[in-house]
Amino acid sequence: MIYAYAFVAIAACVAIERFHNRRAKIAIALALAAFLAIAPRFYGNEAVFSILADAAVYVMLALGLNIVVGFAGLLDLGYAAFFAIGAYTYGMLASPQFGLHLPFWVLLFLAAALAALFGALLGAPTLRLHGDYLAIVTLGFGEIVPQIFQNLTKYTGGPNGIAALDIPSFFGHSFGASVMPYYYIALLGIVAALWISRNLRESRLGRAWMAIREDELAAKHAGINVLRSKLAAFAIGASFSGIGGVLFAAKLALVSPDLFGFQVSVLIVSMLVLGGMGNIVGVVVGSLLLTIVNSALLPQINSLVDTTFHTTIDLSNIHFLIYGAILVGIMLFRPEGLLPNRERRDEFHHNGEAEAEA
Amino acid sequence: MHEFLAQLANGVELGAIYALIALGYTLVYGILELINFAHGDVYTFGSFTALVVLVALRAAHVLHGVGLILGIVAALLVAILACALLNAGIERLAYRRLRKAPRLAPLITAIGVSFMLENLIELWQGSAPVPFPNVIPNPELRFGALQVGVQQIVVVALAIVTMIALHYFVQRSRLGKAMRAVAQDRDAASLVGINVDRTIAITFLIAGALAGVAGFVGGVSFGSAWFLNGFGAGLRAFTAAVLGGIGNIAGAMLGGFLIGLLESFSTWFIGGQWSNVAVFSVLILVLVFRPSGLLGESLPEKV
Repeated sequence: MIYAYAFVAIAACVAIERFHNRRAKIAIALALAAFLAIAPRFYGNEAVFSILADAAVYVMLALGLNIVVGFAGLLDLGYAAFFAIGAYTYGMLASPQFGLHLPFWVLLFLAAALAALFGALLGAPTLRLHGDYLAIVTLGFGEIVPQIFQNLTKYTGGPNGIAALDIPSFFGHSFGASVMPYYYIALLGIVAALWISRNLRESRLGRAWMAIREDELAAKHAGINVLRSKLAAFAIGASFSGIGGVLFAAKLALVSPDLFGFQVSVLIVSMLVLGGMGNIVGVVVGSLLLTIVNSALLPQINSLVDTTFHTTIDLSNIHFLIYGAILVGIMLFRPEGLLPNRERRDEFHHNGEAEAEA
Repeated sequence: MHEFLAQLANGVELGAIYALIALGYTLVYGILELINFAHGDVYTFGSFTALVVLVALRAAHVLHGVGLILGIVAALLVAILACALLNAGIERLAYRRLRKAPRLAPLITAIGVSFMLENLIELWQGSAPVPFPNVIPNPELRFGALQVGVQQIVVVALAIVTMIALHYFVQRSRLGKAMRAVAQDRDAASLVGINVDRTIAITFLIAGALAGVAGFVGGVSFGSAWFLNGFGAGLRAFTAAVLGGIGNIAGAMLGGFLIGLLESFSTWFIGGQWSNVAVFSVLILVLVFRPSGLLGESLPEKV
């Protein structure tokens, strides 16, 4: 059943990518949104929508990272740190930890702002670095942040994290134990993230990002304020992750430092690489595919293998092998991803066509 | 004073291991400008191959007298060979095709290879740390207030001998000169008749061999091997390489010892749970304020 939903969503995305008519694209997107909004009334159970809600959070994260990596071409290997900052914002300010119980809706925006602030704080000194040096610095940052949350036991609950987070409510109606509210909020979040991504890409800032990605030196000499554009990419990308973090923490009612390690950063990079960096629709498809594989397909194969052969093999760890294989396989055989954007594809295939078109 | 000297010895021991790994990063970076992210996992693989060999030899009851020395040498050699071949294999299968790709592509591939290796090692040896056979006798020696184990001396001595050998190889031998030529200018090197592909493959072989030595001494020194060891050790070693000036062999050794000392003293003063934060803060600070490292020269931006 979950596959049916995923299939519809992915098919719609591919259709949007293939059609060239703007109206047709919008019509398909609206139809998909309506389907995803109405379908739960007829079809599906909590477990399915729990996975779909998680998938939606990951789509948001991937769209945020796409601004940094896909648009501006800055490889950020510590993106999970901003996810952690968002989640801990909710964990610390809406729980018995400090006896603070700020409302979920306020914290959504506060977390976005905090994550953006930290994005800018990390970016300000480091964004002068190039390529892989920047990647390593962000990786270091991504390692430091959860470690700090783990060590400041007095404030963050240490390695155990903070449990029993507040259950959000909407005008006095508590979300209760249902996952549906999170599903709908995450869907709205995706719509907002898509809208922001699209508008940013077409904006002056978006063009500056592309210019920096293609040739930083040339961009600088064309009068683009490179550092400020990069900072904006970091801050905006991080803010998506902050919102995702609040949703994630509230749904799980728990935060702990081990949820935000390097694996999470690489997972999100894998989603981008799989779908096609820089292409919004591609990124959505990549993140949907990977989440479904992780949370539905692998557990099912696992139980199938176990019941068939009467074994108790744990396949849950194999997903790191899968991310790794995706990164290597895609980079070697289809570096532009499954659904590439055009400039990116040309960049990877130096075949003169790009110049001919331009 | 006792504690200070003990931490000093500990830091030098850690530093020797990090320096060996850092050399692998620096050699590969020097020649390809690629952060071989999988290098730390090659080191882990070295630990496990040495471990497997030692366990097998112990089960065969040959580890005493001369057999012990031969057995240790055999474990070391097998680890060196296995890591060298693994590293060169990774280069051949994953990186070679991407030499002309945009720069982020090989880095992303390297991360993918690292994840695959970690997972494969986990499938092979399980997710819990495996105790390393404690076959090297470890009586404590006293030098005044300094107390060190024989193992510590063996570890540091082995590392230093390896580094000296590497230094002479790179500076004096024909292959070493070819490596430096390719690192400086790949096209020009191929014009004067150097086989670039072969030179790069040999660089990976050597880097892998160094990771094999590091894997062996790391296993002896930590007393266990774990599938995720390479991630932390690799990042520390990379930090060491950057601190010393990436691409610079003496810099990698210096950086390795500095990072080892930093780790042991930060563990002493502020607690082991902060050593990661300390190491990565150094990495970030070095990259931001002196990206060319302590011994590196700053290069003009290539257009």
